[in-house]
Amino acid sequence: MNVNRREFIKKSLTLSAYTATSPLLFSGRLAQADWVPENFAPSILDETLRRLFNESKIIETDKIYLQLPKTAEKGAAIAITVTSSIVGVSKISILVEQNLVPLAACFELSPELDGYVTARLNIEKTSYVFAIVETQNHIYSSPKATVKIAAASC
Amino acid sequence: MSSIKIRTKRLNGKTQIRILIAHPMARNRNNKANPGQTISGHFIQVLTLKHNGKVVAKCNMGTSIAKNPFFAFMLKGGETGDSISVSWEDNQGLSDTAEQTIS
Repeated sequence: MNVNRREFIKKSLTLSAYTATSPLLFSGRLAQADWVPENFAPSILDETLRRLFNESKIIETDKIYLQLPKTAEKGAAIAITVTSSIVGVSKISILVEQNLVPLAACFELSPELDGYVTARLNIEKTSYVFAIVETQNHIYSSPKATVKIAAASC
Repeated sequence: MSSIKIRTKRLNGKTQIRILIAHPMARNRNNKANPGQTISGHFIQVLTLKHNGKVVAKCNMGTSIAKNPFFAFMLKGGETGDSISVSWEDNQGLSDTAEQTIS
């Protein structure tokens, strides 16, 4: 546990050094398209949000609609559909609060695609799920939807 | 046989693209025989969707995506005969590509 924490702090320090030294890296959202191991490492939701959005203001809106079941017997494959009526969606991220890795996926969409994404999630235990939609200037968060898992999957 | 299945459907001037990939999407887990060690996972990291050769969606994902992942996207427009290509890359360096024309 201690070793993990130490590694985590080391990694987050290097990452913050990066952000401080190269603002270019985080200026264009579509530019950071590469798979970043830190974003998909086990962590808690708050840490993930801080790492992804760098203390930016997240506006909660009901213009994003999540379609997913309220209860499920097993959490191995939960279908989720994110639909947003916001114009100019550039990125949709799906997060599951209780999962070991809270960030399930982030979809970088070009203007040719609608703000519409379907995926299947693996939800470990009863948890809330929400989506974060980014446009050029703003970051919006969907209402939180709770999925109740009857049997814990492993 | 390719691991990717692509289906397209024209809906009110838009095109729905559905993608099903056969992949284990295994997470890191504890090694019961040698406690303290982990068995490394096997999961897709990047999925790229192209329309007529131009990248329209790039998706980064982790182990919270279910086994045999399924995705759907909605393309504004899209004509019969346009090509849709999908490729993925996982953490073990494997990859696959498939192409389909909009019917």
